[in-house]
Amino acid sequence: MSTSWPLWEVFVRGKRGLNHVHVGSLHAPDAEMALRNARDVYTRRNEGVSIWVVPAASITASSPDEKDPFFAPSGDKVYRHPTFYSIPEDVPHL
Amino acid sequence: MSFDNAYESLLGHEDAHWAFGTGFSEALSGVNREFPAGVDRDDLAAYCLMLGDDALIFSQRLSEWCSRAPELEEDIALANIALDLLGQARMLLTRAGEVLGKSEDELAYLRDEREFRNVHLAEIDCGPGPGGDFGTTIARLLVFSTWRLALFSRLRGSADPVLAAVAEKGLKEIAYHRDHAAQWTVRLGDGTDESHRRMQAGLERVWPFVDELFATHAVEARLAGVAVDPASVRSEVDGVLDAVLSAAGLQRPADTKAARVAGMAGRDGVHTEAMGFLLAELQHLHRSLPGAVW
Repeated sequence: MSTSWPLWEVFVRGKRGLNHVHVGSLHAPDAEMALRNARDVYTRRNEGVSIWVVPAASITASSPDEKDPFFAPSGDKVYRHPTFYSIPEDVPHL
Repeated sequence: MSFDNAYESLLGHEDAHWAFGTGFSEALSGVNREFPAGVDRDDLAAYCLMLGDDALIFSQRLSEWCSRAPELEEDIALANIALDLLGQARMLLTRAGEVLGKSEDELAYLRDEREFRNVHLAEIDCGPGPGGDFGTTIARLLVFSTWRLALFSRLRGSADPVLAAVAEKGLKEIAYHRDHAAQWTVRLGDGTDESHRRMQAGLERVWPFVDELFATHAVEARLAGVAVDPASVRSEVDGVLDAVLSAAGLQRPADTKAARVAGMAGRDGVHTEAMGFLLAELQHLHRSLPGAVW
């Protein structure tokens, strides 16, 4: 029966101001139930104030086979990293 | 922050990541536990046992679905609801115990069947045993949580500060239980022919036990201002149930009433045959190993 329900990806925001973070996936018959299942499965321990659910089929993912063409070219562009600035000590979360 | 494990950003060491912090406290900490003046304490204890036993016994029934629900997600959902109710039972049994000089464990594990005050709806087998299925369980959850939500919304104004606080806390939990049941009722009722048939059969199974929910017990009548008269919530409960059943395309069953014994039912300690078996499972560990704790 599990295979008959579509898969949903779950994103939870822990606190106002933080990003939604992908925490896992689940099965549910529709979006409303997916939201409720996500509440029950992924926020039991006080993890969230907001949940997104997305049909897994709607996510377009990069392919592991294309890893090098996709990501390797940025590996040697050191000038894209702000490493030449000194970071003041009293600026958090930079 | 490592991105190897998506949970790490949620489960980090910083308290700020948690939606409501990590400083857990006792459920009713800070609540005044003085008994209100002019209230009969034995009646108050009996009333706390009524509401507490409803939650304890229904929690036990819901726990039977652990590992047996149709889906893993639903398994966890039903267990969550059972745990919410167990939490309510603990607070209510503790309050009763303050009058009776007993601990919550003594009240849960060492009372005999005739001393339990829960309504029959909480104790009957609605599945996963032979008495029902998932549809029957949803039917009971819908009726029970709609009724309890109506009671608790009024109980917030109770003259007993502990009952008022229990209601305030429980209301948010029960609102979710009712929503969960209503969501499933609509999906099963408005789903396939088979799911519709089973959901309707589930309603027929639990309906004879609905009338008892609204019968005013002598204890409730004597506790005006402390207790909620269940007769006063009937029209509200009927309205909610009719709206859900209508959206689900289900028929409200005819109003039949399960038989009473000499006019008595669950609130008087008179139970159905299912209750003894349920208590045997609930209590056997504590009775085999007296004083056992986690």
